[in-house]
Amino acid sequence: MSATGIDIEKLNALAPKLTPGGRAVSDLKRLSGGASQETWSFKLATPEGEARLILRRAPESATARTLAISLETEARLMRMAGEAGVPSPRVLHVLAPKEGLGAGFFMAHVEGEALGGKIVRDAAFADTRPMLARQCGEILARIHALAPPADLPVSGAAHTIDELERAHREEGWPRPVFELAFRWLRANLPADASLTLVHGDFRNGNLLIGADGVRAVLDWELAHVGDPMQDLGWLCVNSWRFGAIEKPVGGFGERQDLFAGYEAVSGVAVDPARVRFWEVLGVLRWGIICTVSTTVLREAGPFAIDRPMIARRASETELDLLDLLEAR
Amino acid sequence: MQDNPPPEQILDIAIAHLRDNVLPTLSGRAVFDMRVTISALELVCRSIVLTPGSDAAERQRLSELLGQDGDLETLNRALCDRIASGALDLQTPGLAAHLRATALEKLAVDQPNYSAYRRARQSQ
Repeated sequence: MSATGIDIEKLNALAPKLTPGGRAVSDLKRLSGGASQETWSFKLATPEGEARLILRRAPESATARTLAISLETEARLMRMAGEAGVPSPRVLHVLAPKEGLGAGFFMAHVEGEALGGKIVRDAAFADTRPMLARQCGEILARIHALAPPADLPVSGAAHTIDELERAHREEGWPRPVFELAFRWLRANLPADASLTLVHGDFRNGNLLIGADGVRAVLDWELAHVGDPMQDLGWLCVNSWRFGAIEKPVGGFGERQDLFAGYEAVSGVAVDPARVRFWEVLGVLRWGIICTVSTTVLREAGPFAIDRPMIARRASETELDLLDLLEAR
Repeated sequence: MQDNPPPEQILDIAIAHLRDNVLPTLSGRAVFDMRVTISALELVCRSIVLTPGSDAAERQRLSELLGQDGDLETLNRALCDRIASGALDLQTPGLAAHLRATALEKLAVDQPNYSAYRRARQSQ
């Protein structure tokens, strides 16, 4: 992708704020992102040599994000997490409106692999995979111990189910397996949890992995206050196992290691039934996110061939839900 | 009756052209978009071949399960209503088998490489 959309002069003007002695920006490229959010990578010349930095931002034209928290809050969470021992990219600067680059923040580039398929399959990670589930448990315990910022949305189990059902009714397509899942979830609603900060999208694909394990936790945009077991269940959703179905935690590990890591750091015993409840809810949630892709399609969003293909992945979650509800 | 070649064979040739002749000439984002485009056309091709049979089978199962006739959408909406009301659940004879068969029929078109689909087919 071209670098159009970022004013390089404004970026150059910020260089000293990003790193002491920072001068010129080069090799600017867009990594990913949709209409409302972009991730950019660039090099910065500093007295110590070239440093690679990342910019996560929403252009001024698209600052409204529906489901997600603000980028400022995301930066604040990443800083807090880093200080509490959660592997996190160092946040270098949060954009101010007068800087003219939209909303967002700069962070240090962290070397690592984020592609889930590579993490579960590549020989290079064969020795790393067995340590990841425990590390994820330890990291999640640290995240759940953080004091949530006051402006975070609150969403426990019952509220999450209501929101999903609203999105599902809006789509309006008959999906008998989803009906079954809604019935099961309401019948198996766990007792109220003590609510904590929840990452909201902690899964294989949002973790930067190196030979030594998890190097950075990314994508805090769905953070909220909720049941901490939501994060453990979401990490086990089959869609995030990238084909390695026999390894329930992210396609790389075992539940017992995840739970042991969590218990060692938090001192709180994990209730496997509660994690399982959140895994079922997570599978349904991913299924409904896929179907919402169809709704967007009908409303003639920007052309993207992957949209209809994501919509057609809802059937994956129907089989996963049946496997879970029939306890196969 | 339409003439030969049937649509799935025409699509096959078009897909082979995109994969063998067009894809190697692309770079950057266009590679990703073309790969997804080829996957999309392969999905359509599987749907042309498989959907007439799976729709008929699904309708047959739904009619037996619900004791009523109708088109697929009507029958599926009726099934949703009965599940939502609790009149039917996984203990109802035939319901789990029907839902599983339907999910597998969808995945045979949508995503035959999906891990849970492959596992289900192996255990069949």
